[in-house]
Amino acid sequence: MSFENELEKGQFCLPECMSCKKWVWPPSEFCDRCNGETSLKKEELKGKIIEFSKQNDNYFCIVEFYDSIRIMAKMTTCPKKDQIVKISKCGIIDGSYFFHII
Amino acid sequence: MSEVGIIAYGTSPFTKEDHKIESMLHKSTNDLFKKNPSINKNEIDAVLVSTNNNSKYLSPVLSEMAGIQPKIAHSIESLCNSGTNSIVSAFSYISSGLADMVLVTGAERYDSPGQILEWDNSRGEFKHPIFWASIFSKSYKREYGISDEQLAIVSVKNHKQAKENSNALSKKTYTVEDVMNSKKLTEDLRLLNCSRPCTGSASILLASKEVTDKYTDMPIWITGIGQKTTSAGFTKNTSLTSMESTAIAGQSALKMSNRNISEIDVAEVHDAFSVCEPMILESLGFTNPGEGINMSQKLHEENNFMINPRGGLIGSGHPLGATGISQTIEIVQQLQKTAENRQTNNPKTGLVHNMSAAATSSTVLVLEK
Repeated sequence: MSFENELEKGQFCLPECMSCKKWVWPPSEFCDRCNGETSLKKEELKGKIIEFSKQNDNYFCIVEFYDSIRIMAKMTTCPKKDQIVKISKCGIIDGSYFFHII
Repeated sequence: MSEVGIIAYGTSPFTKEDHKIESMLHKSTNDLFKKNPSINKNEIDAVLVSTNNNSKYLSPVLSEMAGIQPKIAHSIESLCNSGTNSIVSAFSYISSGLADMVLVTGAERYDSPGQILEWDNSRGEFKHPIFWASIFSKSYKREYGISDEQLAIVSVKNHKQAKENSNALSKKTYTVEDVMNSKKLTEDLRLLNCSRPCTGSASILLASKEVTDKYTDMPIWITGIGQKTTSAGFTKNTSLTSMESTAIAGQSALKMSNRNISEIDVAEVHDAFSVCEPMILESLGFTNPGEGINMSQKLHEENNFMINPRGGLIGSGHPLGATGISQTIEIVQQLQKTAENRQTNNPKTGLVHNMSAAATSSTVLVLEK
């Protein structure tokens, strides 16, 4: 089970170090702290909006999970700073990840 | 550690023209040798090429085209701060004794692949630099109560200064209204808030003290170097209103040169977007947090070219691999008092700040007479 295979199926899984239990981001086979191997965890993640801006009708936001993992995600409604959100859709298009939040 | 001096430079105009990368590399290198005919090419120990271009073996290619047979020849890529990374490598070769004279040439085409870091998937579908610049702008404005009109002054100032630089991409001056009415890219970014990728090249020749003394009576010495990489991905930046890598690199460079920031008379800083200039000025310690825009505005009102005299990236254009070298050449010209209409008032110590990928890495150089 690889991060990208799961993402292609629309599943956002986080790699966790099997040795020291650190969440590893960006996704990797190995832990950047203890060099241990990681395994993917399917979590119902809730993130916090750190900052956002807008292009045309869509907002793009920095969203933080577990106080450490940050991604940029699209939102169609007007966000608020510190708003709690979840990933509604994710995947890979032309080699690039995408994340939508509500 | 051996002292390292800058003894010669050359540059091409920065344009939107379509030229092969090999031709661009040769252009500024040739300019350097034409301006300095006494330089013996047989004394060049290393040729370093700074570029994000995907063409291969460019340093040996340039060496052959320029009639040089160096001991050391290779390329250096580190996105937008490839140029100063190459200068640091040249410095290291010379100060270690592996080389006495090193040619550094940087070049880029307008369609450089270095504009987007494909690896950074944490950015999702928002990989173009305008998205991190928009986030920085929003956050900086929110934190310090700065308006879009205030940020626009950076662009107005740097385009004005670029008009005195015959090699700059920009040939026009703009008002705050022009910036505010330029194409809206995002809610927080207008077209004239941005530097533009372009085609250009710049070359610089570094040498040990013995060689420097032989070739010039106006050497400029690299007395301080600081570098820091905090990450590769934009979203790993812990602050969205300051630049950690810049602050650390700046402190290191000043410590090495035994200088304080108040002793810096002139500086080229990496204004990839309007918001970057005040953030950099604050992170380097020129001003307190939130006051960088006041410094840019005051300098503009006084027509003082102290920051980004050649027009910065916004006015000069941004040929990635050449930018750090072009910034360094500007500070050399300022210290040698050959900057013509851009000349600042009797500078003795100058600073170059060059960064990559939303300030995830920075290089700072201190230059002195």
